[in-house]
Amino acid sequence: MSTAVKPAALELRGVFKSFGSVEALRGVDFEVRNGEVMALVGDNGAGKSTLIKCVAGIYSIDDGDVYYDGARVVIHGPKDAAKLGIEVVYQDLALCDNLDVVQNMFLGREDHDPLFRLREAPMEQRTAQTLASLSVTTIRSVRQPVASLSGGQRQSVAVARAVLWNNRVVFLDEPTAALGVAQTRQVLDLVKRLGEQGLAVVIVSHNLADVFEVANRITVLRLGRNVGVYEREKTTEQEIVQAITAGTATEPAAS
Amino acid sequence: MSTAAPAEVQAAAAGDSLGAVLRTRWEALKGGDVGSLPVIVGIIAITAYFTTKTPIFFTSVNFVNLIGQMAGVTVIAVGIVFVLLIGEIDLSVGYVSGLASVTVAEFQLAGSSHNYPGLVAIALAILLGAGIGAVQGSIIAFLGVPSFVVTLAGLLICQGMIIEVLGTTGVIGITDTQVNDVSNYILSKNTGWIVAIVFTALLAFASLGAYVSRRRAGLPTGNLIITVARVVFYGGLAFAVVAVCNHTRGVPLVGLVVLFVVVLFSYLAGRTTFGRHVYAVGGNAEAARRAGINVKLIRILCFVISGSMAGLGGIIFASRINGVDLTVGGGTILLDSISAAVIGGVSLFGGRGRVSGALFGGLIIGMISNGTDLVGSADWVKYITTGLILLAAVTLDTVARRRQAAAGR
Repeated sequence: MSTAVKPAALELRGVFKSFGSVEALRGVDFEVRNGEVMALVGDNGAGKSTLIKCVAGIYSIDDGDVYYDGARVVIHGPKDAAKLGIEVVYQDLALCDNLDVVQNMFLGREDHDPLFRLREAPMEQRTAQTLASLSVTTIRSVRQPVASLSGGQRQSVAVARAVLWNNRVVFLDEPTAALGVAQTRQVLDLVKRLGEQGLAVVIVSHNLADVFEVANRITVLRLGRNVGVYEREKTTEQEIVQAITAGTATEPAAS
Repeated sequence: MSTAAPAEVQAAAAGDSLGAVLRTRWEALKGGDVGSLPVIVGIIAITAYFTTKTPIFFTSVNFVNLIGQMAGVTVIAVGIVFVLLIGEIDLSVGYVSGLASVTVAEFQLAGSSHNYPGLVAIALAILLGAGIGAVQGSIIAFLGVPSFVVTLAGLLICQGMIIEVLGTTGVIGITDTQVNDVSNYILSKNTGWIVAIVFTALLAFASLGAYVSRRRAGLPTGNLIITVARVVFYGGLAFAVVAVCNHTRGVPLVGLVVLFVVVLFSYLAGRTTFGRHVYAVGGNAEAARRAGINVKLIRILCFVISGSMAGLGGIIFASRINGVDLTVGGGTILLDSISAAVIGGVSLFGGRGRVSGALFGGLIIGMISNGTDLVGSADWVKYITTGLILLAAVTLDTVARRRQAAAGR
């Protein structure tokens, strides 16, 4: 299906980032296309989290270029990333337990009139619509506090929040790490649906079974470098594991 | 078809029938969300107890007194609510209120070079409170020093300043009528009724406005009967308060001040982006920061609110006794204010509670103090009772939190 003609929604070229003497990223290349689910895998310390935080604007990059829709961009802060349409769903989900689903979906971007009075009705409508468009049907009421939701439901809310703002590139950091079997199922279905809706989805995961289920392509990071991009259909778990641990010099299988 | 399903499911689940609403409420109660139930039970129990102990307690004269007695602490507790909502604490409010008392007394002082009109003196005292809050809030927000320590230092500094200013005389009398009117002016009976009418009308307008806009948007509206019942209950309460007060002298102006403060800050907390961000910071500051909320600014503003309300509380205290002496700002003011907020259901862990809790908590604290004085109990009874109720409130909060977390599974 992906015949490598779709343009990259987001592309990193030769990105460096170090913290003092620790080089977290050493010239990483990375790309994700519209409508694909790209998995980002690697051992602890491979630079996955750093890469995400650079794209999210939490860290500024030391060197290298970031391209968005083919145009070079500079991301100075989370607001720049948000403006471009890049959203990161962190492992801790960044939800406020004491607030309800609608309040969390619109957190920091509330719909208000010129006097800063909240417009609750339109926010609630859009929340319901967005959840419906993602076929999230397990949430009983959008006015229940997030504290009362299950792990999978919380993940769904966090993902729906990313979609609500018409983001085009969505990063999911370990979305299934803390979930049971049924909940994992829900979230993986949701991830696939995001890709089908034309978004560029990047999923970071340690669970290769999950990765092989949802991803179209797999990027392997090792010690701050990209050691290979693999098409899911043309690779095996064994090959990926080898790339993660040993960093084989295999040329990218794609294109 | 699948796109419309969740909305319908919600409407069905939310349920418009009275039974369904009550059932949902019952489920929430079992889940640890006790709402205002303990407070209502507490108020009824305390009223019943003191009414049997002394015939003076349940009289209109005493009720008017009670309003004056609880006003200062309640106003300060409103400020405390905002600080607690972001998961911080403000220990300086007692002596900030004391410093505001001294300020308002000093600036109205006849024969001095700064003999300002009463309202100017009042504004300066509130501004001073806001300024102290801004300084403390900035240290907490920018430097990350724990609020416990910063406001403890603030407490000591303010106490020192009070002693320094009052040192030579030890006491300043307040002669300005505007300042004295804050706690002592009684509204005419008709004005009292107008206040009740305006309050009920605003409440009805806000409740029904929300109902209509939700209905127009096709969202679940909840039960209309319950909406109306709420308006009737609180409106009726307002009329009852005015009726009781008018039975004797009338509604004290300070009661109107408290009502205004509670309504204004309830609105700020519940209906504006600022209020939403306060709850977000209290619930998960990191999430709020990532969502683009200026967490530092919210923190500082909450301390500004608590400082200015401490200032207003200080004005009320000074006005009540027509002057200040060296005990100003001390005693139980600080602990009563924090207790009032906590008893009113505001969580010490941040993110949960309502501004109106300060009013109910302040009422409970005020009733105990007023009742024990009337009965003629020794001070130790008052302290131990207040202590036990505070302990019960915090225990309830902790248990409720745990149950809510458990219900989330």
